[in-house]
Formats: sequence, C-alpha cells, structure tokens
Amino acid sequence: MIRVTDVIKRYSSEVAIGPVDLTIEPGGIIALVGPNGAGKSTLLTMMGRLLGMDGGSISIAGHDVARTPSRELATIVSILRQENHFITRLTVRQLVGFGRFPYSQGRLTPADEQIIDRAISFLDLTGLEGRYLDELSGGQRQRAYVAMVLAQDTEYVLLDEPLNNLDMRHSVAMMRHLHDAAHTLGRTIVIVLHDINFACQYADRLCAMKDGRVVAFGTPEEIMTSEVLTDVFETTVEVIDGPRGRLAVYY
Amino acid sequence: MTVPSPAAGAVRAPGRGRAPGRLVDPKLLLGILVVGALLVASLFTGVYDIWGADDGAAMFAITRVPRTIALVLAGAAMAMSGLVMQLLTQNRFVEPTTTGTTEWAGLGLLLVMVVAPEASLTARMIGAVVASFVGTVIFFAFLRRVTLRSSLIVPIVGIMLGAVVGSISTFIALRTNSLQIIGVWFAGSFTDIIRGQYEVLWITGLVGVAVFIAADRFTVAGLGEEIATNVGLNYPRMVLIGTGLIAVATGVVTVVVGNLPFLGLIVPNIVSLIRGDDLRSNLPWVCLLGIGIVTVCDLVGRTLIMPFEVPVSLILGILGAVVFIALLLHRRRRG
Repeated sequence: MIRVTDVIKRYSSEVAIGPVDLTIEPGGIIALVGPNGAGKSTLLTMMGRLLGMDGGSISIAGHDVARTPSRELATIVSILRQENHFITRLTVRQLVGFGRFPYSQGRLTPADEQIIDRAISFLDLTGLEGRYLDELSGGQRQRAYVAMVLAQDTEYVLLDEPLNNLDMRHSVAMMRHLHDAAHTLGRTIVIVLHDINFACQYADRLCAMKDGRVVAFGTPEEIMTSEVLTDVFETTVEVIDGPRGRLAVYY
Repeated sequence: MTVPSPAAGAVRAPGRGRAPGRLVDPKLLLGILVVGALLVASLFTGVYDIWGADDGAAMFAITRVPRTIALVLAGAAMAMSGLVMQLLTQNRFVEPTTTGTTEWAGLGLLLVMVVAPEASLTARMIGAVVASFVGTVIFFAFLRRVTLRSSLIVPIVGIMLGAVVGSISTFIALRTNSLQIIGVWFAGSFTDIIRGQYEVLWITGLVGVAVFIAADRFTVAGLGEEIATNVGLNYPRMVLIGTGLIAVATGVVTVVVGNLPFLGLIVPNIVSLIRGDDLRSNLPWVCLLGIGIVTVCDLVGRTLIMPFEVPVSLILGILGAVVFIALLLHRRRRG
C-alpha cells in the first residue's frame, strides 16, 4: 500500500503541490491523470524518493520513503523518469542487468541472469539484447528501460509518462506489457499518463490531479464522466460509449 | 547522444551481449605484452651508457627504473581519473585538464611553495590534493546548478575556469618571483624523476585499486542521479568518493610529474568506442592504454632531439588535441 499523508512541495510562494492525501491499495495499474502542471510527475517523483518533500510523509509497503535506506527501498519500489540520458554505451542486456543492482551490487548471479532473461523476453527484447542502446529506436529503448525496472523485481513500479515519444502501435504494446506485468506478475504500477483514453482502457484505477491536489480517485467508470473530466481538465470533455468502452472526446 | 542513428551500427556486442565477465582474455594479454615491450624500451632509452659506464647499473636503478614506474603509475592514474570524472559528470569530454582540476592542483602547489619555501614533498602534495579537491567540488557544484545539456559547453566552462585559476597562479607567481614553479608544472615531464623523488606516486596505485573495487558503483553513478538512486546507490556519497580519488590522483601526479593534458580524455573514449562500456572489464584496458600512450609520448620526447628532451606534455598535447577533434567529429556524426 502506498500512503501519502499531507504531502507538500513548495516551488515558490505561488506555486505549490499539495497538501496531498492519497491511499493506493496494492495491485493493478493506477494512472495519474490531469492537466499540465497539476503535480502528477512531482508526486510520483516524491514517491520514488528522487525529490524531497517540504511537508508530510509517504510510506510504501510500510516503509517511510524519507527514512528508509535507499538500498532497502530499491527492493520495494522502482521508479523510471521520462528523461533518461546517459553517455555510457551499454547493451540492452547490460542496462537491464542494472535492475539487479540492489540485490547483487553488480556481481550478477545465475539467478539474476534468469530474472534478466525473463524481463527481456517479457518486453520482447530477446532479439535486441546484444544491441547498444544508441542503436535502438525510441520505442525499443523505452522498452529496455521498462525491462530494467521490471528486473528490479519490486512490488511497486512508478513510471513517469512511459508513452512519451511512442507512436500508436508502440503505445498500445507498452500498455499491454504493463497490464500483463501488473496482472500476471502481481505488480502495483503507478503511471503518469497524458492520454485519458489510454488511462481508461488499461488502468484499474484513475487518480485525477489538478492544481497540485487530488480531485478525484476511483475506477475508470467513476472518473470517465464528462462532469469529472470537464472539471479536471478545464475544457469541455464529452464521454461517449465506444466499441471497447468509454471514450473521451475533447476536440 | 541517445538519438537513434541507424547508420551507427558498426559495432555489435559479441554473442548474446552478455556482460563480459572475464577480466583476462587473449587480447588483454597481447595488450599487456605490447605495453610491457614499450616499458622495456623506456628502460633502455637514454643518453647515458648504462652498459659501458662503470656506474651504469647504478644509474639504471636511480633514473631509468623510477622513470618507467612513474610512467606506469601516472599514465594509469590520469586515464582512470578521466574515466571516473566522465561517469560522474555524464560527459565524455571532461577530464582533469578540461575541468580546471590540474590548474587548481598547480595553484595549491604554488601556494604551499610560496608560503613555505622549504616545504617537504609531502606538504606540497597535500596542498595540491586539497586544491584539486576544492576545484573539482566547485566545478561539480556549478554543473549541478546549471544543468548543461550540451556536452560541449561543459568542457568549455571547465577550460575557462581552469584558465582563470591558471592566471591567478601566474599572478601570484609574478608577485612572488616563482614563475619557474609554474613553468615546471606546466611542462609535465618525466625528466626529473629519480629515486627518492617519485615514490609518492605509489599513492596513485592505491587510487587505482579503489577505482577497481568501486567500478560497478561508478558505472551505476554514470547512469545519472535518478537511475542510480532508483537502484539504491548513495549517489552524493559516490560523487564525493569519486572527487576525492580524482583529486588525490591529479594532485600527486601534478606535484611529481606535472601537467599531462588530454590523457584522461582520449583513453576512456577510445576504449569505449572499441569495447562499449562495461566498466569492470574495460578498466584494465583503460590502465593499459593510458600507460601505453604516455610511454610512447615520453619515448618520442626523449628521442626527438636527443641528447635533449621535449616535455611529454607537449607531445601529449599535440596527440591529444588531434584525437580530441577526431572524437568530436566522430561523436557528432553518430548524433
């Protein structure tokens, strides 16, 4: 369970996030949705202890993220930001192998190699595992990063806009991979999503944020209504019944 | 640098791309043999007739052996410092001479000698190490404050910072009549390495051991603060340890040998281009190539205008600049 209590982050006297109170029960995909600047990524980054809080506390599976040693936390929760830029020339397999670092400290055991194998095949990267990251397309590289956090084998996975820069086909494939990970591997995946229709289709619960606060939390059926969405996004949103469930129309 | 470039697929990892775990392979043995041959050549290159003269054996032990050991230690230390620095800044174009660290070491050395002209080698060394540490921390703090995405701006800022520190040193030297200290520092050279003068360089050997031990953690740090923290690495502590190791290596080498420009820049880049970036299996190569390049440059410097010597920094500077430009063009083509 992720428990967010009175969390505040101040950027300036006018701009602040929170106070946020939120309880996320384990299991499934939880999508954070909302307009730009709502604080979704900030909240996610604080959950993943990459950003400090100015007030309140967050605990994940009973561990206070501000006080638990980073190495211990790395076996409970993993986080992937959207901008991943590094100069190191790594192959896909080497990158995914770093997901095992919290357990092996760099010396991979045969058991680690098996988990790496599984993460790689789970994201359909088996044919690419020997390739260097700078030789891959954006979608393939994104999958490699996700394979790394899956190899970390944490109960909670936090992803910041994993569909960024992906086209339709790759976005759908990525969401299916994540859906499988949540339901067959039993992970709890918290994910920042921009596309409300993707969120409705693949997430089990939606958390709508606006102006630094959580304004609605519930199942897709509860959130996907034109009243809630129009209020959250401050633009007219109509919700219609499509062939595979509800669709938000906003243009 | 992570933009996809389909044309770049020249180098493929062998086999299934499993991280190469073996430290010793036939190629590495060959490399060791080649560098070993260079070192033997270094032992027997010089004006003094060590075979014919009565004190030949003594001279061999007093000058040639220390000089060759110094080449090994300094070459490996500067190449590894460059590698660690590149990982910590996530920038391929930094190394102690493009971040001002060597200039800071020079300033520290000068200050100790101005304040206490009779200072021992150890005191001078401590001065240089402390100054390089301070300088590197300042540079890293600056990088954190202004997130510079353009990889070329970072070394430019570092070189500017180095130039400012260097001119402060020159000013102090002018006012205290100690310009020749600056001159000696600037012209890094192995000419004066003799028994009793070089032994502190062994400290850089310890730095090398530390880098080997922490290799995996430095590789993870090289993935950036966020990914490193995600997998549980104490990133700030790693930066501090890395800075300390770089400062010790740079400070000691500066005091004993002087400035060795570009060595830390070109060596890790060449190794990475050829072998990818598995740090643990690359480290022996980085050491070897560092030793090899500095030895070749020293041999060239010693034989070019025999019986005189050209400072090794001069040869390294020319070679380094050429390789640096080639790397810039190559990396640009790769995107």
